[in-house]
Amino acid sequence: MKTEMQTVTAGSWLDPLVHAGRRAFSFLERTGRAGLFLLRVLQSIPSVLLRPGLIMQQLFSVGVLTIVIVLVAGAFVGLVLGLQGYNVLVRFNAEASLGTFVGLTLVRELGPVVTALLFAGRAGSALTAELGLMKATEQFSGLEMMAVDPYKRVLAPRMLAGFISMPLLAGIFSAVGVLGGYFIGVGLLGVDAGAYWAQMQNSVDFYEDLMTGFWKSLAFGFAATWVALFEGYDAEPTAEGVGRATTRSVVSASLLVLGLNFVLTALLLETNP
Amino acid sequence: MSASPASDILIRVRGLTFRRGERVIFENIDLDFRRGRITAIMGPSGTGKTTLLKLISAQLIPEAGTIEVDGQNIHTLSQTDLFELRKRMGMLFQSGALLTDLTVFENVAYPLREHTQLSERMIRYLVLAKLQAVGLRGAAQLLPAELSGGMARRVALARAIALDPMMIMYDEPFSGQDPISMGVLIKLIHAMNDNLGLTSIIVSHDVKETSSIADHIYVISDGRIMDQGSPAELDRTASEWAQQFLKGLPDGPVRFHYPARDYAEDLFEN
Repeated sequence: MKTEMQTVTAGSWLDPLVHAGRRAFSFLERTGRAGLFLLRVLQSIPSVLLRPGLIMQQLFSVGVLTIVIVLVAGAFVGLVLGLQGYNVLVRFNAEASLGTFVGLTLVRELGPVVTALLFAGRAGSALTAELGLMKATEQFSGLEMMAVDPYKRVLAPRMLAGFISMPLLAGIFSAVGVLGGYFIGVGLLGVDAGAYWAQMQNSVDFYEDLMTGFWKSLAFGFAATWVALFEGYDAEPTAEGVGRATTRSVVSASLLVLGLNFVLTALLLETNP
Repeated sequence: MSASPASDILIRVRGLTFRRGERVIFENIDLDFRRGRITAIMGPSGTGKTTLLKLISAQLIPEAGTIEVDGQNIHTLSQTDLFELRKRMGMLFQSGALLTDLTVFENVAYPLREHTQLSERMIRYLVLAKLQAVGLRGAAQLLPAELSGGMARRVALARAIALDPMMIMYDEPFSGQDPISMGVLIKLIHAMNDNLGLTSIIVSHDVKETSSIADHIYVISDGRIMDQGSPAELDRTASEWAQQFLKGLPDGPVRFHYPARDYAEDLFEN
């Protein structure tokens, strides 16, 4: 393939086309590799279930260490929703519906999406950097030479931890956001506390709303962790390579999450209008 | 091409060819590594010495040729069989390849915990014995980041012998070492080989240090074996290229200047 491309002489008017073709091929090749990588990681997951200690360790570094930024971000988003929601609703004398507005916005959209973006930034980048560094310092080769499969011992526990933590983190984000909205709406702007909770309880449905958010957060956790692990494992084993991989990991995971959110929203609205 | 029974050759490489893209790394080379001996592979940087170790340990697959380790063609083994064989093959990486989040003790204990059902007491006993052998029992609780390069290699050596392998491959064990830790490593490699009855393969471009302990040396460049023999034989070699490499002469068959067009022409262009 390479030699065929080289037959087109430099400076030819075909250059942009050749360049685009080369980029497209390399993109497809990488996507294929990422797919095979995911397959091997998933195949290795059953063997990890026998080693809960490995998963607990990763749940700590992927999940627990992300809680603080999720709490802070959730609180701020809740506060802003309280302010903006009240401001709009009060024009229609509907400020009592603030609970509905805050609850639905968080549970269906902002909870999973913003948490996934924070997750990609905090946990995803850390995973990519860690794996990239392990590769640069030959730790994966070292494990293989000790007859230890890095997919089973290193990658699968991290994948599982990302998959488990994301929905929990999104839940925490939404809960804190609801409290933030309460603080602004009820505490500062005088919305009735009973109305805030009752409206929320009436309008937020378990299956239609909570589960929508849950499925989304599960999918985002899966996607963001996959990207982070692949970028780290595939990183060029140099300091610059690891830096580049980390940046790419956050950018690709964030875009993937946003794109996936659109697709999932469309699908879930179709099944649960 | 099976190994003869009770062969004293542990690793038999035949017709090995390996390329990276267009670049030929090895072209149809044959190598033999005898049991209980220290065999060195020497050559300039970038000749694929590390690649050879990766081929022998089946981390890479050759384009053509076979590599038999203890009578088994390593590239046709299933993953389970390969991992079984690798438990008997130690490798010392240039960087040490220690797991950075584990202490020295846990690093050495790692293969034991992964592959044996030994009690905690037995593991402690074995780990301390291996660390004592490399002189780092006192450093058991340190993290890899707290070790010097030479110490990290010694810990990696302790880890490589944790499962009592039949052989060890050393990837550039002497590069970037101060004279003291160089001396320590030379002594250790020699002692490991003799006391534990190991077969050792050293990949290096440090001629003096490697020659001082090797039984047999292959000099490799441009994908071919340029010369081979015991250190004494190589000292008297007729090959100009090998002479230049072994004596570190700045000019010879390997030119001092990178290929370029005529100097004057280059200077007075236009």
